[in-house]
Amino acid sequence: MNVWIAIGVTAVGCYAVKLIGLMIPAGALERPLVQRLAALLPVALLAALTAQQTFADGRLLVLDARAAGLAAAAVALLLRAPFLLVVAAAVLVTAGVRVMTG
Amino acid sequence: MAGRRDGRGLRAGVPSGGGGKADAAVVRDALGVGVAVGLSGFAFGVTSAGSGLTVLQTCALSLLVFTGASQFALVGALAGGGNPFAAAAGAFFLGVRNAFYGLRLSQLLALPRAVRPFAAQWVIDETTAVALAQPTRRSVRIGFTVTGLSLYVLWNLTTLLGALGAEAIGDTDAWGLDAAGPAVFLALLAPMVRTALERVVAGLAVVLGLGLLPVLPGGVPVLVAALAAPVALWVDGRRRVRTEAGRDVAEEKR
Repeated sequence: MNVWIAIGVTAVGCYAVKLIGLMIPAGALERPLVQRLAALLPVALLAALTAQQTFADGRLLVLDARAAGLAAAAVALLLRAPFLLVVAAAVLVTAGVRVMTG
Repeated sequence: MAGRRDGRGLRAGVPSGGGGKADAAVVRDALGVGVAVGLSGFAFGVTSAGSGLTVLQTCALSLLVFTGASQFALVGALAGGGNPFAAAAGAFFLGVRNAFYGLRLSQLLALPRAVRPFAAQWVIDETTAVALAQPTRRSVRIGFTVTGLSLYVLWNLTTLLGALGAEAIGDTDAWGLDAAGPAVFLALLAPMVRTALERVVAGLAVVLGLGLLPVLPGGVPVLVAALAAPVALWVDGRRRVRTEAGRDVAEEKR
C-alpha cells in the first residue's frame, strides 16, 4: 500500500509541476534567483542520489562492485559515449566484478 | 518568430519553402532522441522490478510519472525502506525542473489553453532539448510532438519488457543491474556540472547524502542534501555582494 501511496503522490506532483510551467504567464518564474535555484536543485539531488545508490546498503555505507560499475560509467561519459552505452558499461562492469570476486 | 528563422537546428536541414528546416529533418532528429532514450526504459523496468515493485506498479510509474530521474529516485528510495512521503518528496523535487521547461516551451509552442493539459505530460528534458533547437514554430511543434510521442510509447513498452525480464531472471543484482540507476543519475548529472558553483553544490550534496544516511530515516538524507543548492547560492550571493561593495569603495577612493 505504501508503494501505491508513493506512486500516487509522485504522479500527481510531477504532473502538476509540468502543467504549471505551461499554464502560468511568462515572467512569473523569470526572476534570476528562482532560475538559478531551479538549475542547481537537480545538481544537488542527482549527486546525492548517485552517491547513495552506489555506496549505500540499507543504512550502511559499503564499497562493493557498484563502485567499479560507476567508475566505468564515468569513463564512458568522459569518452562522450551515448546514454545507453554509459548505463551498459556500469551494468557489465558491476556484473563482471561480482563474478570475479564471487 | 522571424528572428529565429536562421536554421539553428540540431543538424542543418534541407530548407523548405518557409526558409525553416524541412519537416523530415525535424522528425529525424526527434526520432533519434526519442528512440535512444525510450529504449532506456528497459533499465528502469529492470531496476524497479529488482527493487521489489510489481510489474503493475512499475508500469504505472512510467505511464503516470513519465520523468526518468524521478522514477529512478522513487524506486531507489522505496527499495531503501524509505517512508513513502519522503520518497515521493525526493522524486517530486527532481521533477520541479520540468516547470521551468514548460515555461520556455509554452512561449515557443503557443498552444491553445485547452490542449496544454494533454501536452503537459511530455514536458521533460528530452522534448525540451529537441524543441528548443528548432528554428520555427512549426518545427518546434513537430519536434516536441514527435519526440514526446516516440519517447512515451517506447519508454512504456520497454518498461514493461524490463519489468517482465527482471521477474524472469530473478536476482537482478547478480547481473549488475543495480548499477543501472546510479549510472543513469551520473549521465544526467554530468552535463549539469560545469561551473565551480555547480561542482561545490554536487560535492556538498554527496557529503550530506552519504554522511546523514546512517543517522536519518530513509529518504530524508536526500532531501537534506538538496539544501546544498540554496546554501551554495546564498554563500555565493553574499560573496558577490562583498566583492561589489569592495569595488565601490575602491572606486570612491579614486
